[in-house]
Amino acid sequence: MNESTNTESSVPATSPAATPAANGKPIIKIVGVGNAGLAVLDCIVARGIDSVELLAINSDAASLAACSVPSKMLLENKLMRGLGTGGDPERGRQLADAELPKLKPLFEGVSGVFIVVGLGGGAGSGICPVLARAAKEAGALTLAFITTPFDCEGSRRREIASEALDDLKAAADGVICLPNQKVLKLIDENTSLIDTFKSSNDLLADGVQGVWRLLAHRGLIEIHFSDFCKLLRDRHTESALGVAEASGLDRSQEVIQKLFAHPLLEGGEILGESDAILVSLLGGPDLSMAQINRVMEQIQNRCEKAQVMMGAAVDESFRDRLSVTLIAARKNGKSESVYEVRGNGESAEELDDQLMTRGGGARPPSRFIPPPPSLPADKMQKMLAKQGRGGGAKTGKALPKMRQAQLPLEIVSKGRFDKSEPTIHQGEDLDVPTYIRRGISLN
Amino acid sequence: MFDPSSSIIVGLEIGTSKVCAVVGELSADNALNIVGLGQSRSRGVRKGEITDPSMAEEDIRQAIVEAEQMADVEIRSVYLGVTGGHLCGFNNRGVHPVVSADREICEDDVQDVIKNAKAINLPAQNHVIHAIRQHFLVDGQDGITNPVGMLGARVEVDVHVVHGNLNRLQNAIRTVKGLQLEVDDIVFNGLAASLALLSNEQKELGSVVIDIGGGATEFVVYGNGIIKHTGVLAVGGDHISNDLAYGLKVPLSRAEQLKIEHGSAMVDDSAKGQTIAITNELGMPLRTINLEHLRRIMSLRLEEVFQLICHNLSQAGAFEYLRSGVFLCGGGARIPEITRLAEQVLGMPVTAGKTNSISGLKSALDQPEFAAAIGLVKFGSLQQRKRAARSLFGQGIRSTIGNLFKRA
Repeated sequence: MNESTNTESSVPATSPAATPAANGKPIIKIVGVGNAGLAVLDCIVARGIDSVELLAINSDAASLAACSVPSKMLLENKLMRGLGTGGDPERGRQLADAELPKLKPLFEGVSGVFIVVGLGGGAGSGICPVLARAAKEAGALTLAFITTPFDCEGSRRREIASEALDDLKAAADGVICLPNQKVLKLIDENTSLIDTFKSSNDLLADGVQGVWRLLAHRGLIEIHFSDFCKLLRDRHTESALGVAEASGLDRSQEVIQKLFAHPLLEGGEILGESDAILVSLLGGPDLSMAQINRVMEQIQNRCEKAQVMMGAAVDESFRDRLSVTLIAARKNGKSESVYEVRGNGESAEELDDQLMTRGGGARPPSRFIPPPPSLPADKMQKMLAKQGRGGGAKTGKALPKMRQAQLPLEIVSKGRFDKSEPTIHQGEDLDVPTYIRRGISLN
Repeated sequence: MFDPSSSIIVGLEIGTSKVCAVVGELSADNALNIVGLGQSRSRGVRKGEITDPSMAEEDIRQAIVEAEQMADVEIRSVYLGVTGGHLCGFNNRGVHPVVSADREICEDDVQDVIKNAKAINLPAQNHVIHAIRQHFLVDGQDGITNPVGMLGARVEVDVHVVHGNLNRLQNAIRTVKGLQLEVDDIVFNGLAASLALLSNEQKELGSVVIDIGGGATEFVVYGNGIIKHTGVLAVGGDHISNDLAYGLKVPLSRAEQLKIEHGSAMVDDSAKGQTIAITNELGMPLRTINLEHLRRIMSLRLEEVFQLICHNLSQAGAFEYLRSGVFLCGGGARIPEITRLAEQVLGMPVTAGKTNSISGLKSALDQPEFAAAIGLVKFGSLQQRKRAARSLFGQGIRSTIGNLFKRA
């Protein structure tokens, strides 16, 4: 992925990111994974985005059947008996690994894949890193739109989510993350659970729609797919996205206000900290230069040190409306090392040189895929140990190994704190013994 | 109270595991001397807050009586220590423009700016326990301790505010008043403990005092001589006992005893495979308990407490002030190896705090669990000194005015 833009300019015909569809627009596929992903897809369907392929993937047949997206894919194996992954991301991963040959063809000839997923469960967290890798190997720009669980969902889900997020960051070209906890700030006391999840889904759908618009509309001031890749590359650990729309006479003022009030941009504070910002404006034929100027001026004032990239597009249906999509990205010291190229001692540049000197020989359709990130020694040990166990099972049966889990049937009594006010800290009840909360067994 | 001869100051701490009253005597030259100590087991308190007032009243009476006998005084009023998960600390800033023509900052300006800083928008049920003055800023220049006489257009002051739920604070006060005792003032236990433990130099360098009590753990951060941050975590020694009772499947009282006799904050290799035999009242062995499990449960709980504190401190940005390290007190400071564990988690030198700044009963001063109660006495003495200084100031003015008239 590292050098895709460079190769693009030299060998544009084979570069997948520039693969245009017949009508000159890039083909974009939106994939929802897991229950949360399906919910967001439903949301997107309701908005009626056309000229985009939607695909729903889940391990749970029932929720897949309820989804309104026409093209669906069920990942299952016999051992699950239609019960889904049961919150175990390992199962999701194994499922997806097993179905990898089926997944890859889905992304052939597609220029952009958006993976929409809620991390923290089994299906989403397990499947989506594999999916992202498959999409990227098929040569598509892969963007993941994710939500992370609420704090009150407990530390287990949080850990699963953060592990999956790390995997995803290594696999996808870009990750745009919406922590659900931030949504909590937006809603008031009386908001129902359904509405809370709906607003979270809406925000994510907003993001998907915004980025899709940015890429799908032929702009007057164009943002290329390649620009977009460049912006997100190496920075996606810290990217935030805001979408705002306004109509009426004062729409340029209003849209800016809405944008800065966007929860993901933390009141515009993010802008000051980011070092690359992409702004895409979409308006009707009546979009004036003054409006663009006003919006950009406001944004630029907020982020003096950032590199700002802008695009503007005109859509007939946006008469008297103005929509702004803003992606802010920050380089993160840690992420650099993660994406460092490893193996064979070849740097990305060298690889590229090799490809080019091959002299018009067939270039494989896939772009350069970085090897998996280097792991610290202890994690490696852990993974090796896991593999060892998995290998043992494989010799007996070809089926992916299922872990025997113990159900938490034992009810933890709080002893002397039973009747006192519980001490809750970030969703954890501190009155329950630490060793139980951390799942450490005493034997 | 304003009688200069009444120089007896009493600190009363109603803790979760014990009620403790410390009597201090303030001599004419302002030296504080601890002369009496009374304590009793506490039964009506959970997580630092009174849950059974009648039990608590009984325990308080017992502690007060013991202290009265030891110090041979009659206790009429106390400084009451309060704690609990509802207490909360934050920093607030007050601003005041200097309006005088020559831009000189006078005493009134200082009073006004402090008043502004103390005007805090809190929910009605919350009560401000402390509003501790930090440094002044004059026209943005930081670190000024006394701006009177300086020139400037704008004075600002930071205060550290500790507040809590009024009703829950009232519960403790009412219980004490029910014993015909006056409450001079209520004081946050963590603040009191820090007063007892830290020298001025340590406050200047920057230190944290962590008071690991029975029901709650308080922490106070000092930097550049002032309080920068405070916090309470409603987890304490009680939780360790409860964890042990649950994990080892023994009664709570037995768990408490095991904790004191065999507990440690670290799991050493020496504990591996060792067992402890529990005997009944006749000395017959009942069952054996794995020492490693016992220590593992304790260690995990304590580690978590320090991790939570560490997280809180780093969120408050407190780590940049801390050059003197961490001082532990409260009953939890007695746990073997706790300093080593705390050092591991917090990454700073950790020492068991010693009450040095006060003279008196050696037996009382050496105990980490009395730090808060002794600190209450110290707080009281500082208050009285302040009052004395104020009345002296008043007298001074009166006498100078008098002199003026005499001369005329």
